[in-house]
Amino acid sequence: MIKALHIAVKDFRIEAHAKELLNSMLLFSFLILVVFSIAFSELTSSSGNIAMLGAGVLWICFVFAGTLGFSRAFASETQNGAIQALKICPMSPISIYLGKVVFTISIMLIVEAITVILFSILFNYTILSPLFVIVVIGGTIGFASVGVLLSALVQNIKAKEIMLPVLLLPLLVPVLLPAVSATSAIFKGGDLGMITTYLRILFVYDIVFLAVASIVFEYVIED
Amino acid sequence: MMNNLIVAKSIAKKYGRIIAVDNVDLCVKDGEFVAITGPNGAGKSTLLKLLSSSLHPSDGEVLINGVSFSDDRIDIRKEFGVLSHESYLYDDLNAIENLRFFGNMYDMKGIQLEEQIKMLLGETGLWKRATDRVSTFSRGMKQRLSFARALIHDPKVLFLDEPFSGLDPGASKIIEQLLIKKSSTTRLLVTHNIEFAISICDRILVMDAGRLVADFESKDESVRETISQICGIDACV
Amino acid sequence: MNYGKYERVTSLLSGILMTAAVYSVFFVLPVMKDDSGNALDTSFNIFYFHLPIAIISYIAFTVVFIANVQYLRTREISWDILARSSAEIGLIFAFLVLASGSVWAKHIWGWYWVWEPRLTTSLVLFLVYAVYLLLRNSIDAVESRARLSSVFGIVGFVSVPLSFFSIRLWRSAHPLMFGDSLYGQSGGGLEGTTLQTVLLINVAAFISLYIALLIYKLGNEYLLENIEELKNF
Repeated sequence: MIKALHIAVKDFRIEAHAKELLNSMLLFSFLILVVFSIAFSELTSSSGNIAMLGAGVLWICFVFAGTLGFSRAFASETQNGAIQALKICPMSPISIYLGKVVFTISIMLIVEAITVILFSILFNYTILSPLFVIVVIGGTIGFASVGVLLSALVQNIKAKEIMLPVLLLPLLVPVLLPAVSATSAIFKGGDLGMITTYLRILFVYDIVFLAVASIVFEYVIED
Repeated sequence: MMNNLIVAKSIAKKYGRIIAVDNVDLCVKDGEFVAITGPNGAGKSTLLKLLSSSLHPSDGEVLINGVSFSDDRIDIRKEFGVLSHESYLYDDLNAIENLRFFGNMYDMKGIQLEEQIKMLLGETGLWKRATDRVSTFSRGMKQRLSFARALIHDPKVLFLDEPFSGLDPGASKIIEQLLIKKSSTTRLLVTHNIEFAISICDRILVMDAGRLVADFESKDESVRETISQICGIDACV
Repeated sequence: MNYGKYERVTSLLSGILMTAAVYSVFFVLPVMKDDSGNALDTSFNIFYFHLPIAIISYIAFTVVFIANVQYLRTREISWDILARSSAEIGLIFAFLVLASGSVWAKHIWGWYWVWEPRLTTSLVLFLVYAVYLLLRNSIDAVESRARLSSVFGIVGFVSVPLSFFSIRLWRSAHPLMFGDSLYGQSGGGLEGTTLQTVLLINVAAFISLYIALLIYKLGNEYLLENIEELKNF
């Protein structure tokens, strides 16, 4: 699996040169926050309201920015057909998939961390909880495991920019619901006991989808 | 005694009703330079993809150096490299980073990899541009770097899928020279350029509608006539 | 392939069973009474359609899943034809589940829609397969359409049970809308058996309807394949 890491490192190197993915995801996420703070300007005066809204606002930012990221996840591979060269390298296709997932999760976590900081500035509300970090990581793993698979899937179809979010969102219900509910519970001051069941569903989803997607990824990149 | 390095046993590839490759038997000897030619849509590229394990055949099996893909799909891939009309490179990485990445994919590392990169960049005349991003390269330079990429792990077999398409005469000449020099490597070239195939290859295979319809030594006098019968006059120009 | 005989047999069978089912629901069923002897609302009768329809949509999507897996294993285009036929029928039934459920909900609860686990899962199920068919429409090449939609179908099928569990959790704080009191509280034992028989007839009728529709659809799809084949000559 060392090759999966090589692929992730290679993607980081490309990102370091091109800087298109991270910048656009961050800016997009920031813009959504701004739109929300304008839309909810009357509600943001009390921190009780923010505790109610916060989970939804943050996860919408994460989902939109993530979807933007997935639409580019395979861009470097398809630009000059590099995926064809990767396919005939001496490794299992699962390595390609995992490499992409590792890279996507890392990029998303960076974007999410900055989004949370911006959120606390714009909404004047600080969330510093290790539980919140666990929920975000769990949600991001599930999100990326499906997102990378679908990103590879839409590469060869027409109107892929439109198809990706449409395909992605119905499959994300089982990750979004526990993630949003747990986040909202944490915002309202819940402890580990209150979110254990949510976390369990979240990580079951992560494992099931990583496993299923690893198995079927081979069929997606075949052509 | 030269042994058969690539053996295809009645391989076929079907896409629903469409039969792309139909029951092809093929043997290629160690060190041979074989051209595969034929009209568009004859299944040449699909055949090459089947031989390079990037497609599963619907039927039959492929053996490289005596090992079947159905037994080993991982390590056997170290035996061959692919050079296509697409460069398979990352535009946002420089030449060395590209080669280093693909070297890593072939389990190469450290000094051995760096030496190999230096050697290949020297051979392809790209040493001066080694730290420039590939997006700044011309088409010809990309193709030379792609040649280096295909040979990074020193494969026994080189699969070539129309490597000259889109290149100007000068750039194709360079690739051509590089190919001729690799005389110890078994080379399998898919091309439309029949004159070129006749001048540098040892053997010419002709495909039509998914089947292998002719197999010549390139010195054979009847090559041109047969090919123009199969492919139409235009193909020979 | 000739489906003519099977088409006639199954459509005749499902015609008879459907007539029996409709008749039994409207004329055989006794008026339901609650524990204190008051007659319950007859709108409950929609349940005898609603449940079989839901069962059929699950069966149809399970068939899609099996066909998807089999396609990837065997690459036989007939599995893909089965998958798309069953998905289309399943989608219609999934829509009917939502529609019949909503009508019933409006009558009982006063709203067409409530965010309740079972309803939300049905909606997710409907959306996943609507998107599945959308994906199929956007790919022209036969082979990649079959392959990519199979992958999506497999992942989608796996996600639905998980959706169900996560949605259950999500709403666990709220009282369940489907109380036990609505389900099968019948008066005497005789009435209980009548209810079960009526339900059974309905389930049988819808299963045979599904099979009849599937055979018709498959027959059409194969004819379409033949036309395509003839066009190529």
